[in-house]
Amino acid sequence: MKLNIALAQINTHLGDVQANLAKHLELLHEAQTSGADLIVFPELSLTGYGLQDLVPGVAHRASTDDPVFAPLLEASHKIDMVVGFVDEDTRHRFFIASAYLSGGQVVHIHHKVYLPTYGLFDEGRFFAWGDSVSAFDTKFGRIGILICEDFWHASPPYLLWLDGADLFLLTSASPGRGLNQQPVLESARWVDDINRAYACLFTSFVVHTNRVGYEDGLNFWGGSTIYDPNGFLLSKGPYHEETLIISEIDLNQLHRTRARLPLLRDERTALVLREMRRIVEDK
Amino acid sequence: MEHNKIDLTINSEVVQQILVGFIRSEISRAGFTRAVVNLSGGLDSSLSCYLAAEAMGAENVLALRLPYKSSAPESLEHAQMVIEALGVQSLTIPITDMADALIQRFPDMSRVRQGNIMARLRMIILYDQTEAFHGLAVGTGNKTEILLGYTTLYGDAACAINPLGDLYKTQIRQLAREIGIPAAIISKAPTADLWSGQTDEGELGFTYDEVDQLLFLLVDQRYKPEECVQAGFGESFVRAVIDKVRRNHFKRVMPPIAKLSNRTVGYDFLYLRDWGT
Repeated sequence: MKLNIALAQINTHLGDVQANLAKHLELLHEAQTSGADLIVFPELSLTGYGLQDLVPGVAHRASTDDPVFAPLLEASHKIDMVVGFVDEDTRHRFFIASAYLSGGQVVHIHHKVYLPTYGLFDEGRFFAWGDSVSAFDTKFGRIGILICEDFWHASPPYLLWLDGADLFLLTSASPGRGLNQQPVLESARWVDDINRAYACLFTSFVVHTNRVGYEDGLNFWGGSTIYDPNGFLLSKGPYHEETLIISEIDLNQLHRTRARLPLLRDERTALVLREMRRIVEDK
Repeated sequence: MEHNKIDLTINSEVVQQILVGFIRSEISRAGFTRAVVNLSGGLDSSLSCYLAAEAMGAENVLALRLPYKSSAPESLEHAQMVIEALGVQSLTIPITDMADALIQRFPDMSRVRQGNIMARLRMIILYDQTEAFHGLAVGTGNKTEILLGYTTLYGDAACAINPLGDLYKTQIRQLAREIGIPAAIISKAPTADLWSGQTDEGELGFTYDEVDQLLFLLVDQRYKPEECVQAGFGESFVRAVIDKVRRNHFKRVMPPIAKLSNRTVGYDFLYLRDWGT
């Protein structure tokens, strides 16, 4: 089975949801008319990243009666999508969220479970922590979504793998940092290394969409990638430039790679669980 | 000594791409298309001018030459070299009469006071010209001088955006070389040129090469002071630099507001400057 996947490596307007929505609708149309089946937007693509006190004012519920999600859900009859937004739950907690929309339905919402609150990051000050990591079924197979810091930790990708995800959709608003003599910033090198590693370790497709542009002095580096289950790079966006990548992936590669390398078959989840319990309970 | 191995080399193509994009993004999001730079003829302001010209187009950059009577003649010449090399717009406004009107009221005024007056007059002219030229002031302060506080608050430190503030002086030199800034500007001793014979390194008491390596360990690599000494830096040098960084922190932050209400600017009224754009 072939899947045409689009990576929307975009810049965003900070706190201007309407402007960002307009851009989403444009790119949805462009991707769909170019034959894409699924488009992945970066973290907080509908709001911008450095929201601080803007958070409560840009939050939305992913539902047909929401003025921002209504047109997105309408467009999802023609193309599946992952969009980044601020989700306000019924108890008025605000989450960094990504929603998978398809056929006019909200198929899955992931709340970011790791909120970096160190160095230049202050997410834990403004957002609630997500509390679950789960894969979900789509017409392209079982998929898992993670947001930026979620996959700087090894456990969320591992959990998604065990929960059946064969296609990892990772989204970021990753600030560029770590300048040295290399042609790639350290933060970009790091993310690239771990994404390739996940593809290899989990013999899965790993798709990463990162945003570009600036917010005050922060630059976002783009460089979105698709790795196949052998860890081969299938597609890569430029650094620091807006682009729409459309790439065909052959989902049958899962069969071929796992026939050669049965890491999933041999994974000893009961042993992991037993040892995890011992380690946690002993502490 | 181990610290000879500290490598501050940068990839100038990466830096240039990020900084040019930064200048363009931040000026245009503020609603402007033009930039104004105080061009002293030194390395930092020459580099800012080069980057601003690349970001906004040379015709959209105004370079200001603002000499005082004691300024070195070569400063004006070097600034002119940059103006001609880039084709940016320029204006020369001597500040001697303005500065002396105040300086002469205090016959025993120290050199530091005089220097601060010059730096702040240049700020007044810079900001006046941003209004006249409909542009934003692009800063020229580098990471070394920001950390050491080797700058006049509300003087040469004043700007709308600063593309150079995360590059050490040593890295500025490398970038300037690779970007093609005239060799005469790169090779001369860095100076604020506030009085005759003044040099940064003479005034600071150490070289940029030395202090950049130490600051890199202390700030970027989070070394403890004693680890810097173990790495080969003199203990008194390490202590003096740490003290300078601490004492000058007031130049790096907004003045504290006394908190009274439930929501106070600076504490819990938090927005990026790019808010809404």
